[in-house]
Amino acid sequence: MNTIEIVLVAAFALVGVGLYGLLATRNLIKVVIALQIMIKGALLALVMAGRATDQVALGQSLALTVIVADTVVAVIGLAFAVQVKRMRGTLDLHALSELRG
Amino acid sequence: MLAAGLGIAAVVCAVLAIRASRLLSAALWLAAVSALVSILLYELGARQVAVIELSVGAGLVTVLFVFAISVAGDDGLREGEALPRWLTVGAVGALLVLLVGMALPLGEVDVNAGGFSIEAMLWDQRALDVLVQIVLIFTGVLCLLGLLAESRLPAQPPTQALTENVERPDALPVEPEPAEPEHEPALEEMPL
Repeated sequence: MNTIEIVLVAAFALVGVGLYGLLATRNLIKVVIALQIMIKGALLALVMAGRATDQVALGQSLALTVIVADTVVAVIGLAFAVQVKRMRGTLDLHALSELRG
Repeated sequence: MLAAGLGIAAVVCAVLAIRASRLLSAALWLAAVSALVSILLYELGARQVAVIELSVGAGLVTVLFVFAISVAGDDGLREGEALPRWLTVGAVGALLVLLVGMALPLGEVDVNAGGFSIEAMLWDQRALDVLVQIVLIFTGVLCLLGLLAESRLPAQPPTQALTENVERPDALPVEPEPAEPEHEPALEEMPL
């Protein structure tokens, strides 16, 4: 197993851990944290793909876009969590559901 | 070998971030994941992205998390699981099997291969990406301002304020009347 494969496995593991957190937790801020971990894995895999196909600059430019989108997602998610906490008094995702059936 | 160690450390920090019982601890473990990933990116040749990831991912986003946790409160995670554990573990296992099955083995790869610079790639071939990034940043700022904005006149409904502005277009220099505290709406009725 060479270096790139090892790093790729680490990227997949990060995506898996993030997905587990996304599915398992009910806290809104924890969901944003899990999403961040997933995106870190995707970022690593993007740079690795660029390196593996001998297009490092392309991988880096795509990773840059992912970083910007990731930050915007974190900012909006955290602002949303703060507003939900102010209005509902809880960060529990199940408490936010108004649908009954 | 260094890359493998950094990768394992990043995964361990990610697991600790997910399993942390306090939100502040989870945010700090996430910052550690960002720092380790940025070191890994630097070791693999993506130096510009590594520096940006370290400053934005481990710096700015962590500050945002700490700010949000201090405002929203670190009220613990006393809730149960959102989904049944077998379903969660099964979904993650299926995803990992799919990813590893599709991507590995990679075959012969030149680890030390180089390309032309990221600046030339960004400005010459990926100019649309730069435009999208600028639009994303402005969208994020506008959404943040809209979400965190607090109502200045909570006792005055928006339709009434609009009517007064139409009737009195020269009413801007006039000081607004103080809001009556007994007519404050409940928290559920406050607009975003």
